[in-house]
Formats: sequence, structure tokens, C-alpha cells
Amino acid sequence: MAAQRRQLTGYRRPNGAVGIRNHVVVLPVDDLSNAACEAAAKTIPGSLALPHSYGRLQFGEDLDLTFRTLIGTGANPNVASVVVVGIEPNWANRVAEGIAATGKPVETFAIEGNGDLRTHEKVARVLAQFMRDASEVQRAPVEPGELMMSIKCGESDTTSGLGSCPTTSEVVDRWVAAGGTVLFGETTELTGGEHFIAERCIDDDIRKKFQQLFDNYLDLVERQGANLLGSQPTQGNIAGGLSTIEEKAMGNIAKTGTVPVVDALRPAEAPTRQGLNFMDTSSAAAECITLMAAAGAVIHLFPTGQGNVIGNPIEPVIKLTANPRTAELMAEHMDLDCSALLRRECTLDQAGDQLLDIVERTVNGRLTCAETLGHREFVITKLYPSA
Amino acid sequence: MSAKNGSTPGFLAHREGDSVAVAVVDLPAGPADGGYLHSSGDLHVELTEAVPLGHKFALHDIDAGADVIEYGARVAIASKAIHKGEHVHVHNVRSARWQHSVVS
Repeated sequence: MAAQRRQLTGYRRPNGAVGIRNHVVVLPVDDLSNAACEAAAKTIPGSLALPHSYGRLQFGEDLDLTFRTLIGTGANPNVASVVVVGIEPNWANRVAEGIAATGKPVETFAIEGNGDLRTHEKVARVLAQFMRDASEVQRAPVEPGELMMSIKCGESDTTSGLGSCPTTSEVVDRWVAAGGTVLFGETTELTGGEHFIAERCIDDDIRKKFQQLFDNYLDLVERQGANLLGSQPTQGNIAGGLSTIEEKAMGNIAKTGTVPVVDALRPAEAPTRQGLNFMDTSSAAAECITLMAAAGAVIHLFPTGQGNVIGNPIEPVIKLTANPRTAELMAEHMDLDCSALLRRECTLDQAGDQLLDIVERTVNGRLTCAETLGHREFVITKLYPSA
Repeated sequence: MSAKNGSTPGFLAHREGDSVAVAVVDLPAGPADGGYLHSSGDLHVELTEAVPLGHKFALHDIDAGADVIEYGARVAIASKAIHKGEHVHVHNVRSARWQHSVVS
């Protein structure tokens, strides 16, 4: 079944990757650089600062992940150009070089020896030029197979497994059939259903890779010796009727389509294989979507039950719910109400059509609910304490 | 909740053979009609208590210690005997997976 029913348009970047937004980003390498970045973005309307909490004295795998996240975020094809700002030049240059490999315009500034105010002015001058340049980049016809999609659900309840996740599943299958790539993650929230994902891995190598990532995460949880009943399922999940992690996992998996799992990726690792890719991520919405956007995903589908409000600064997040109460009480957050499924007033195929219609319109420029409400959650996954 | 027409279900089960179904409206105690998400069969259950929207109840008696089946898969273990028509939630089922998660 073809995914495309209308001509899609997007922004083709110098490396050939295709985005659906045209952001000019000012990216702090560390927490100390947030103030200068935010001030510069305020000076130049339309530019986008991405403040975060880390980037100092990190080491090893944790530092690698922060670099991969920052570089991947700047490299994401929804971003036209980037100004990188760090307290020191070394790490700022490293991040900037990673982004510049895509061929898009990148400038770098260090605050040491300049101060916030001089940095603010220098950054703002470049942002102004980048905004003018970006405004001249034209949308061009693109194919769905060129657009990387990601999926993650949140504030789930039993209506997620009955309605919003199966609806997402319909679009996942169609997107992959049309040549597209889709990322899913939420490692701990596969618990109890991980064997279903393992069965869907295309070969034993990928299956082993997936199982290793899953086992490592579960080991981490078990090592804490903590009672996870308070967090998995969450209080919101339980209020919505979900009783166990296994039940939550089955609803989670219900959104992943029926296509094979072609690879198992590290957090923020860009996929190299077309099709459905697993990525090892936290199940916390902002951390997960930040990692997926850093891997290059340009459009996100987010099924919810009790009503999560998540957004991302560079990757539009489309939210859908089958819970009629959430659809009514949180209407400003929901791009699609698929509660008709629960009343058996529409088929899954029809709900899939409705979601695909919103996906295509969003690709072509329609703002998501999260974009209109200013939800820009950008959260770096921290693996362990800094030195 | 009044149905718009006779086919609007009060609850849905994922698969035939599941031991629980999900209320898709707030259901009072008493008779309730529903069906399957992926097939056309109709179900009728006498609820022994009210079941809120999104919550589960037993489609048949479940012994203490037995698997609770939803999506055609085990999603929990009954921590006590559950009767047909009874609300199924954290008070009478537990995870089979989290080793340190024990309901007090």
C-alpha cells in the first residue's frame, strides 16, 4: 500500500537528507552557554536556542552520547544552519565539525575571553544572516521514503493499546512499505513483550544485538534493586487502567506495525538500514524523542491515553488519542482523536488513513498542536555522573 | 452511558481467548455488552462491580496464581482468585516480570 496520497514537499539539505522544517539553531555545548544562546535567539526572532543541562566534565560513553546527541541535533535535516556556542573552544569545535560534515552552514563561538555580551552580539549577527539565508531555501517535492519517522507513546492507558497505538501501527507499516525508515525505542517498556520484538528481528545477528541492549537495560534496573511499581507503570498509567509493565509493553508494541526489525541501534545512532529500527532509549518522552531526533528523525508520532503534552524543538510531534475523555479535555494537545475506534464507528484502516493525512499535511508545513503550544522539550540522556 | 446504536460496545477484548476485556465507557455494575477489537463476535458479561473507562474486568474466573491473558499474551499473574465480571487491576494482579516489584 502506498503511503503517499498527496505531493509531499521538504527541504533538501546539502548532503541529500530531507527535512520538513527549516530551523536556524543556536546550540549550547554546555549549560554555561545557555544564557548567551537564549539571549541571542531572543534578539533574532525565529531563531531557536536549545538550552540543556549538561556538557561539562563528562567522560567516556556518557560524553560520547552527549556529543552524538548535540551533533545529531544540529545535523538533523529539519535544521538549516547552526551556531555552536561553548564556554571553551575545543568541545565547541568538535560539535561544530560534526555538524559541518553535513555541508550545512555552521559557525562556532567560545565564551572564554569574550564574555556573554560580546558573544551575544557575535552570535546574533550570524543568526541574522542565517535567518535571511534560510528564508530563501525553497521547499521541493520529496518522497515519503526520504523522510525518517519516529514513534514513542506516553501517558499510556488501555485505550492506547486499543486505539491510538494500532492506528500508529497502520502508518508505520505503510511508511516502511513506501520505502521509509521508522525508529522505535523505550527499552524498559518492552518488558514482558521483548520476545515478540526479538522474533521480528531480521536475522540472528540483529536479534542478538537487540537482546544485548535489552538485557543491559534490565540489568541496570535490577541492579538498583528498586521497586519499580511506582514508575513502571506510572501513576497515570495505573489511573488509566494499566496494571503491569507487561500490559503496558503489549500496548507499546501494538504501535510498531508488523514489519521486520532491521537493526538495533545505540542511543542517538543514525540508522543505516531502511525499515523499522529499534533504538535503545529511556521511555521518558523528552529523552527518547531527543535521541530519535538526534538520529535524524524528522516527524514523530506520539500515541497517548491519559494525555501527554510532549513536543520537541526540531522534530514536530503529532499526538493522537483514542481516549474520549482526553480528546475532549485536552483537545488543544491532540492532533487526532481516534476514539471512534473504541465505539467501532471506524475501522483501523480508516483511522490509519486519518493519521496519514495529518502526517502528510504536517510534512507540508501544517503546525502540530505541540508546535503551536510552544512545547520544545530537549533533554540529553545522562548515563552516569560527571567527573 | 447510553449507546448511540445497538452496535456501540461497552467494552472491547483484544483477542479471542483473552481472560480480560477493557471498558470503553464507564460501566456500572450489572449487564454489559461488548465485543472483540479485531473480530466481530459479541460478548455479554454480568459485572459484579462498576468498571471505569479504560479499566479491565474478568471475562471468566481466574485462579490465584494463574496467568492473566490480554492481547493473546500473559500480561500479569492473578495475586488472588478473580471471579468473572470482577474489576481486574493492581489490587488483584501483579507483574510476572519486575523481580523486586511486589504488591504489599
